[in-house]
Amino acid sequence: MLARMKQMMKKEFIQVLRDKRTRFILIIPPIVQMLVFGYAANFEVHHVPTVVLDYDHSQESRDLLSHFTASSYFSVQPPAVDATQLHAVIERGGAAVGIEIDAGFARALRKGQPAPLQVIVDATNSNSALIAAGYVSQIANGFAQQYQRERMARIAPQWVAILPSVDLASRPWYNPDLLSRWFFVPGIVGSLTLVLVITLTAFAVVREREIGTLEQIMVTPIRPAEFILSKTLPFFLIGLFDVSLIAVVGSLWFQVHFRGHISVLVLGAVLFLLCMLGVGLLISTVSATQQQAMVTSFFFIMPAITFSGFGFPISTMPYWLQLMTYASPLRYFLVVLRGSYLKGVGMEVLWPEMAAMAALGLGLLTVAILRFHKSLD
Amino acid sequence: MPSAREMWRMAESSNSVVIQGLTKRFGRFVAVNHINLEVRAGEVFGFLGPNGAGKSTTIRMLCGLLRPTEGSANVAGFDVAQKPEMVRQNIGYMSQKFSLYNDLRVIENIRLFAGLYSVPAGQLQSRIDWVLEMANLKGQERLITATLPGGWKQRLALGCAVLHKPPILFLDEPTSGVDPIARRQFWELIHQMADEGVTVFVTTHYMEEAEYCNRLALIFRGAIVALGSPSELKQNSIRGDLLLVECTPLGEALEILQSVPGVIDAAVFGNALHLVVENAQTAPAQVRSSLAQRKVAVQRIERIRPSLEDVFVALTTIKGAERAA
Repeated sequence: MLARMKQMMKKEFIQVLRDKRTRFILIIPPIVQMLVFGYAANFEVHHVPTVVLDYDHSQESRDLLSHFTASSYFSVQPPAVDATQLHAVIERGGAAVGIEIDAGFARALRKGQPAPLQVIVDATNSNSALIAAGYVSQIANGFAQQYQRERMARIAPQWVAILPSVDLASRPWYNPDLLSRWFFVPGIVGSLTLVLVITLTAFAVVREREIGTLEQIMVTPIRPAEFILSKTLPFFLIGLFDVSLIAVVGSLWFQVHFRGHISVLVLGAVLFLLCMLGVGLLISTVSATQQQAMVTSFFFIMPAITFSGFGFPISTMPYWLQLMTYASPLRYFLVVLRGSYLKGVGMEVLWPEMAAMAALGLGLLTVAILRFHKSLD
Repeated sequence: MPSAREMWRMAESSNSVVIQGLTKRFGRFVAVNHINLEVRAGEVFGFLGPNGAGKSTTIRMLCGLLRPTEGSANVAGFDVAQKPEMVRQNIGYMSQKFSLYNDLRVIENIRLFAGLYSVPAGQLQSRIDWVLEMANLKGQERLITATLPGGWKQRLALGCAVLHKPPILFLDEPTSGVDPIARRQFWELIHQMADEGVTVFVTTHYMEEAEYCNRLALIFRGAIVALGSPSELKQNSIRGDLLLVECTPLGEALEILQSVPGVIDAAVFGNALHLVVENAQTAPAQVRSSLAQRKVAVQRIERIRPSLEDVFVALTTIKGAERAA
């Protein structure tokens, strides 16, 4: 039994490693994708093109606008001359934020009345619009507070000291600089592994079915379970190699510090790979050709990533959809990845995820082996 | 004292393959319909039939690749449905499509199958040498299999199928897509193996190949319609005598002759007609006059011995007519 499996695995490695293209596919695209996705997957809002319209032409209005110019969140474009032009710039995408200061802004401030400031945000992308609007109000509030203090200092300097204020001290744990890259890089490690291992496994088995070698193998005394194990074990090792490759490249290049224990991450990767091999094999049992395997993988991969919490937080999904996320192995692996990368937590926190992946993986592999038996008929 | 089980196996041992009521249905389609068959040890047994008759389905059930819907098959003393692993250890199988790994070297393919068949380490080198010798691939071990010509690939496939010296060899249209010379060499190999006591079960739709077999089963629409040695089939399967009629134009002659009394069947063979008639003595005169009436020029009428192709045509048209009726 072991001798048979050894021969099969040897053959699998020869096939994978002899082919130049396969060798290339295993190393270069994962690295390139890690780098490209690492730059692309980003929620941060920086240098938002901003157009301003100042009808007030006062010292105060210029002062307020200078706060925007100084901020790295906004990139202030040449000012508009009237409202029509401002709207036109936003409409054609030349700016995502428009700030309009009406005449009388400074007069209202000096009288101590509310001074109106109109902000138009291009909310096509509601998420970045929300963030940009937040920055605008932060700057406007900062300006207002500073203006108050300065006026108070002139009128009643003795009261400045007792002016009430809240001193906010927010401490972003695990990601002190609030870099969204730190959130995404571990996620990319998981989703790249998912795509790679599922497609490799599914294709490897379906290819044998398609060219007829599967039949020739199945008339030898090898048992279906032996065949499946020796077919998947090489891809398990290749998957493990690729996870490590992507993880190392990602952490070094994007300087995401790994705080946890490497053993926790490895255990998580092993369990996750079990699930992926199971899925790949399942796909291969329902596909007669490589083309079918490709389409079927696609239908699994898209939802598996969407429901994993890779990009969209699971907590904001409707309840019934949240239940579905429990079926995506990536969901658990992402918790393990982010937990061990950023939080540095270990088994004491991550054991439920590990257990879930182990159960899912064993279940998927069992079903895959049973289905494989049937698919031979 | 041998156990009852062993006794039974010994009794079976003169027959390599015993098939009883074997049936395979795919949904409502009956691919193989209650066939019964016994193949003796050391025999080259041909399974002849048109494409889609159920040849491959039968052979795949015998190799344990497909589960029979009904009936049983015993191969090398083991039931294919109950002991498929034991069956597999005792058979070699070669499918119609070349199915070794094209991206492996010749020697890597051989070593892989030797490993899968658990060829003992002590015998490994001699078996490898034997396969290379047989397939004429000595010195070519390092070649990538994909680069081999068709005939070599086929001999390599045969070699890999018999690495473990199986007592029974199943060949599913082994010579499809191979040139005539390579085909001939291949059959020589098969007969060599049969001489050494290997039972060979081979499917084909080439009539000239069927002549190489000791015994033949003719399968049509999932059922066996004739069984016997090639000469038995030729003698017994055709009711009546066979006439060769050379005449022009052929098409018109065929039409006329189908309604001449005393003519059982008529078919075009090459540039002549083959007629199955009730009486070879009286029929030629009748044929001549019927054709002369309609101004068909007759060059030659001669009584001939039926070929397997005649048998095949006769049996399949009868069965086809029965079904239509």
